[in-house]
Amino acid sequence: MDPRNFTYMFYGYAAAFLILVVYVVFLFRRQQKLTNELDRVRRMLEKN
Amino acid sequence: MSETVSEKTRDRIMYVLAMLSAALLTWNLYKIFMILPDEKNQGAIYRIVYMHVPSIFTGFTGFFVALAASALYLITKDLKYDAFAAAVTEVSLAFASIVLATGMIWGRIIWGIWWAWDARLTTMLVCWLIYFGYVMLRRAIDEPTQRARLSAVVSVFGCVDIMIVYKSIEWWRTQHPAPVLSVRDGGGMGPGMESPIYWNWLAFMCLAAILVMVRMRQESISREIDSLRRMAHAY
Repeated sequence: MDPRNFTYMFYGYAAAFLILVVYVVFLFRRQQKLTNELDRVRRMLEKN
Repeated sequence: MSETVSEKTRDRIMYVLAMLSAALLTWNLYKIFMILPDEKNQGAIYRIVYMHVPSIFTGFTGFFVALAASALYLITKDLKYDAFAAAVTEVSLAFASIVLATGMIWGRIIWGIWWAWDARLTTMLVCWLIYFGYVMLRRAIDEPTQRARLSAVVSVFGCVDIMIVYKSIEWWRTQHPAPVLSVRDGGGMGPGMESPIYWNWLAFMCLAAILVMVRMRQESISREIDSLRRMAHAY
């Protein structure tokens, strides 16, 4: 492979995959938060 | 019972899509880095096109799907279409972010600058801001029907900008390269160099479908929480 501008090509691919990973982590954390909230509301209703 | 079966089916579809996407991406990356020839003037950096173009194809496909779902919501007033539009728009926004990031990195080397206020870049940034505004708007409004109606209008408005983004490199000849792909009469990229763009698009579409399914599940949990809260208030 032509070594010219290899570093910036690496940055480009790294940036693309990083954005996807950050979004997946964001989705995962929101999923946990929603599941916890659903459990909390259900428990609250059961108490009432 | 039927919900459990449908959840199992959805999980199976997600696993199949994940495997397909991973296999396609692995094969494509191997081809892009190990098999494809180098570009004469740009060096290795030209390979960014294999992330940049499939990402915009995926993002714009998603935005058009969201437009269709938003239009269906406006016609039927069924909130399931709104939930689908919200899920697809958010995932498409992630792919639109990849387009901007990879484009800026490519521009830094080829143009010597990170950003230029050229027609394509500016219209794409406006597009990204519209859909980012869409996501923010949904967080700001609690009332579901009002949120759905306003979001649908923003989605329609955003798709008008997509048409301008698409045509901008024909209407205004500024810094961004003219059409290159043979499907747009751009003369093509050389034998075998164009096909990885479409294969990566397919891989990204599979990945986007998985993310939309996860996001849809979250929308469904949110609706359940809202209905339980309403029930709690009724007591």
